[in-house]
Amino acid sequence: MKPLPDERGYFGAWGGRFVPETLMAPLEELAAAWEEARRDRTFRRELDELLASYCGRPTPLSLAARLTEHLGGGRIYLKREDLCHTGAHKINNALGQCLLARRMGKPRVIAETGAGQHGVAVATAAALLGLECRIYMGTEDERRQALNVYRMKLLGAEVVGVDAGSRTLKDAINESLRDWVTNVKSTHYVLGSVLGPHPYPVMVRTFQSVIGAEALLQIRERHRGLPRLVVACVGGGSNAAGMFTAFIPHRNVELVGVEAGGRGTTLGEHAARFSGGAPGVLHGTRTYVLQDQDGLTAPTHSVSAGLDYPAVGPEHAFWHDTRRVSYARVSDREALAAFHLLSELEGIVPALEPAHALAYVCRVAGKLPRGEAVLVCLSGRGDKDVSEVAALEGVAL
Amino acid sequence: MRRRIRDAFVRASRKGRAAFVPFLTAGDPSLERTPALVAALERAGADIVELGVPFSDPIADGPVIQRASERALAAGATLGTVLQVVREIRFRSEIPLVLFSYFNPIHRYGLARFAVDAAAAGVDAVLVTDAPVEEARPLWETLSSVGVDLIPLVAPTSTRRRIKAVKALAGAFVYFVARTGVTGMREVLEGGLGEQVRLVRRLAGTRVVVGFGISNPEQVHAVARLADGVVVGSALVARIAELGNTPELEGEIEGFARSLAAATVRR
Repeated sequence: MKPLPDERGYFGAWGGRFVPETLMAPLEELAAAWEEARRDRTFRRELDELLASYCGRPTPLSLAARLTEHLGGGRIYLKREDLCHTGAHKINNALGQCLLARRMGKPRVIAETGAGQHGVAVATAAALLGLECRIYMGTEDERRQALNVYRMKLLGAEVVGVDAGSRTLKDAINESLRDWVTNVKSTHYVLGSVLGPHPYPVMVRTFQSVIGAEALLQIRERHRGLPRLVVACVGGGSNAAGMFTAFIPHRNVELVGVEAGGRGTTLGEHAARFSGGAPGVLHGTRTYVLQDQDGLTAPTHSVSAGLDYPAVGPEHAFWHDTRRVSYARVSDREALAAFHLLSELEGIVPALEPAHALAYVCRVAGKLPRGEAVLVCLSGRGDKDVSEVAALEGVAL
Repeated sequence: MRRRIRDAFVRASRKGRAAFVPFLTAGDPSLERTPALVAALERAGADIVELGVPFSDPIADGPVIQRASERALAAGATLGTVLQVVREIRFRSEIPLVLFSYFNPIHRYGLARFAVDAAAAGVDAVLVTDAPVEEARPLWETLSSVGVDLIPLVAPTSTRRRIKAVKALAGAFVYFVARTGVTGMREVLEGGLGEQVRLVRRLAGTRVVVGFGISNPEQVHAVARLADGVVVGSALVARIAELGNTPELEGEIEGFARSLAAATVRR
């Protein structure tokens, strides 16, 4: 089988490049630069060196012994992306793309951010590599994640609030694309997930695949075999794609992506694209999109800002259709319960995004035989969510 | 249908003018007033009218047209209701109409169903902001089968190879984006436009209409000397926003459009 995506950026029927003509030549240039860089040993060595000495890779694999005991089934292992510099897996991609921007001679980077993790990661990488940096963030997200806004400013980035549409991640992407269309000669757009026009989905997945590559080696050594089940949360889907890629060829390993079930099944109350969406085109890619009957993007809801996005990476759409990965939904309430459970049993406060993956594991781990292993991608730490959770639970800080 | 557009260019050119191509967002300020606004533009001397279909995520548009889209969506404009408006315009007018849309509403409507309904309503051509040549082919085939043109976009960043690729799809004209950026008004237009237009005309093998950033009679006149047609969008949409649902709306727009149309004379 030929590797996917094809030269037009399609994973089967999903993906492509649905962008204004102004961006087509720059995307071709980016795809060429990326192809060249990934084959260049110097580039790979420089990135690996930074991932090790700056980000702290490889991240550990932790056995969640008390959680395993509590659930009474398969042995639960956590891939600790929360221990990466800046506190989430986002830095893997941000560093890779900022290195690429420097290599392409672009002195300025821009990025969108929802929860603020990707924005912080890009601001960090830009500071490290001496690039000018501007981050777009919906004003609603700015309000929810005030701490991260200040972090980005500390790192020398300019943060621009987007006061349009739903004032969240999708609107920040709209504004980033507008900036890029206008300043394309000097600027590289560091997209934060496996979304957008080709080559972003494959490029971001490749930068994130270090997660799964490490985890596969680690679990083989620790567990002396492959896991029965691998679970990751899916917003755009970058931590999941990074984790799953190494396991895709191992057909006996069950892969589950977990979407935000929010507070109900009506359109607007969740961000479960596979059960509630339809094929569509958003932000340059053909994928499953939450939309109304007129093709207008629907509002979404999730307790977790990082999962609150109306579309999903095109490669996930492909994995969904070919049934290699199954996708489940977890409600706000279940995710919050898992957030508390991991904090209390393991001394790890997870971000609300991977708390969704953990909640799914809570549902199924008890049914798995004790000898089997369950691998969970703990994509980020929960410090950013502490005040939001306290507010939800009526605790004054 | 293709005829209508071609005839419009020929008529304008015989009068020593570039075609005047105003843009407005359908449904702003309301679906009921869109036909009257189109009639006002026609009286003012419009040769072709572009009707924007509002979308929730208009990534190629600047703030003026973004806000117009929001108003139109709030007023109930969708691809389906815009096609109804086109039908209504066709009761009284033969002015060539180009639908300006993002891809997803058409994708959701269904390509084949859209082509049939658009042709039946009296749409002459369709321009899809976020469907470059590579992605536009299935839509082009469907539209061609019912005699509706697809209008490809060419940008200052387009390579020669890309402009040549447009040739296979190009109908009555190609739309040349006068600058890298989103829609909106600009004080100064980018230089070297004449050379670029000549290159696009030669490589794409069809007429070239220039848009993005043209907002006053002086700019219209400068572009009219170089191109086959001139689009004015945001400046008109901004006037519509100022006037809103007032009785003066059509009259004021007609007056402003008349000053723009007059500037298309090439001398």
